[in-house]
Amino acid sequence: MASSSWKWKWRPLSKLARNFASSALVIAEHGGGSVKNGSISAVAAAAAALGDSSPVTLLVAGSGGAELDAAIQHASSAHPAVSQVLVARSPLLGQPLAEPWAELLVQAQKKGNYSHIFAASSSFGKDVLPRAAALLGVSPITDVTRTIDQHTYIRPIYAGNAMATVRFKGSGPCIVSIRATSFPAVPGLALTGVGHPSIVDFDASSLSSGAIGKSKWIGLSSQQTERPELGAAKIVISGGRGLKSAENFELLEKLADKLGAAVGASRAAVDAGFVPNDMQIGQTGKIVAPELYIAVGISGAIQHLAGIKDSKVIVAINKDRDAPIFQVADYGLAMDLFEALPELVAKVPSKRL
Amino acid sequence: MKVMVAVKRVVDYAVKVRIKADKSGVETSNTKMSMNPFCEIAVEEALRIKEAGRASEVVVVSMGGEQCVETIRTGLAMGADRGLHVITQDSSSLFPLAVAKLLQALVSSEQPRLLLLGKQAIDDDCNQTGQMVAGLLGWPQATFASKVSISDDKESVCVEREVDGGIETIQLQLPAVVTADLRLNTPRYATLPNIMKAKKKSIQRVTPEELNVVIGSDLEVLEVTEPPKRKAGVMVASVDELLDKLKNEARVF
Repeated sequence: MASSSWKWKWRPLSKLARNFASSALVIAEHGGGSVKNGSISAVAAAAAALGDSSPVTLLVAGSGGAELDAAIQHASSAHPAVSQVLVARSPLLGQPLAEPWAELLVQAQKKGNYSHIFAASSSFGKDVLPRAAALLGVSPITDVTRTIDQHTYIRPIYAGNAMATVRFKGSGPCIVSIRATSFPAVPGLALTGVGHPSIVDFDASSLSSGAIGKSKWIGLSSQQTERPELGAAKIVISGGRGLKSAENFELLEKLADKLGAAVGASRAAVDAGFVPNDMQIGQTGKIVAPELYIAVGISGAIQHLAGIKDSKVIVAINKDRDAPIFQVADYGLAMDLFEALPELVAKVPSKRL
Repeated sequence: MKVMVAVKRVVDYAVKVRIKADKSGVETSNTKMSMNPFCEIAVEEALRIKEAGRASEVVVVSMGGEQCVETIRTGLAMGADRGLHVITQDSSSLFPLAVAKLLQALVSSEQPRLLLLGKQAIDDDCNQTGQMVAGLLGWPQATFASKVSISDDKESVCVEREVDGGIETIQLQLPAVVTADLRLNTPRYATLPNIMKAKKKSIQRVTPEELNVVIGSDLEVLEVTEPPKRKAGVMVASVDELLDKLKNEARVF
């Protein structure tokens, strides 16, 4: 259903797009042999802004090997709007370092003369895109939640307490990072391979600039989890200071496991050391927009609300009746979480297969 | 080694902002303004680097109208050595690209080895300036830093970064640009004696013209509006009622 209404909605714009000879380059973040959902959302956003008939090139880069090959395959069927998969192989691109990636974007832009460059507003997108924009001499527009036309976008400012409509009036390219939760990756059409894009190699052998080689990637320490990714989960359960300890987060995890949900946290819970930082939801953490968001022991500071406001249904469990979270919650339960959680775990329908 | 820190004056993080009636922006007159929280963290880190004997001088810089001086004074009261104020008439059109160009010009005259910034300003939420100035300077960058260690020979910096999947570690050759994340440190409060001392520290004023930077903009804010409001919710009395509502009313189960 989502895909058909999406198509219908943007068809009128495609006529407009033809007059401008617009084209988009979209950066594909990939891992484990597949393009990340956020990047597919960026393709959807590019198609929405430029119109269905404008060519969209998905840039897949890495040092090579089987994983890159798998990602290229996935890229070619990831979204029907993709008309070309541009492949860059270089040992410099094996890690997510901003310096070679920004240079790659500059070179690809000079060759392809795209009217737009899109990426997801992930930690990688936020790192690379502004650097590339500066090298190209243009202002980027970050964390866009809605497209109006090719050069006009809406983005939240002041922790989502205001929406700014911004127009790019430079000579291009128009560089945009998008909030993935605002642009569904069209799940019904993904993986069907209707676009049959061409796969084109990009010569990345001459990546060189003053800054390349001055940064070195040492490593990534990550928490392995079997739960769904925060940004993509249909149900998110998060805990705050009210949980009181890291051990008590297990109560949340039990509920999350039963619902197949992802687990998030407020800044207070991260700062207190209950959970790692990559679980933080809010203005400066992750933005989520699940079908169901359950906030447990979270007061609801402005900065946290910025990360959850677009959730379809918000549930708050907090023993403080005056907690600001109740002002945005669809359903509020003023109850001690240590009583409510075990009862919920016992009574919620299991969604796990 | 000199460390330069860029700081921004913004509406205080605890203020609930009001949109102007003409939709031209957010009300900032008669509103409490403070140093952007991420900038405070950047200043604190610069001071710690100096206190660890890795830096000789900490210079705080800011761009904007007259009142930016207060923000620079705050940095000086925390312990920075001196300030630089790029005075601009209309700070509403001062987008990150212009700030990055001004910073680039200041870097070329001041020659710091490390440029520290916050990862984003809590007003425009752009998260761009550090990356842009690094690109313009041709320096390596480390964004979202949660730990910064300058090497003994002061030739490189090792940075732990808060990325989507966890913590990433990278090493940069100096000079470099680093942007601070929330967990890098806890900024100190300025004590009264230090606030008094800060009044004697020098703040040099420069204009964009003196720096040979033309502030133009390829962006235009057409309007600023209220975000869509969520409809009022209901309070439920028990877990059973909550589950019933989720199942039969919200239909998420």
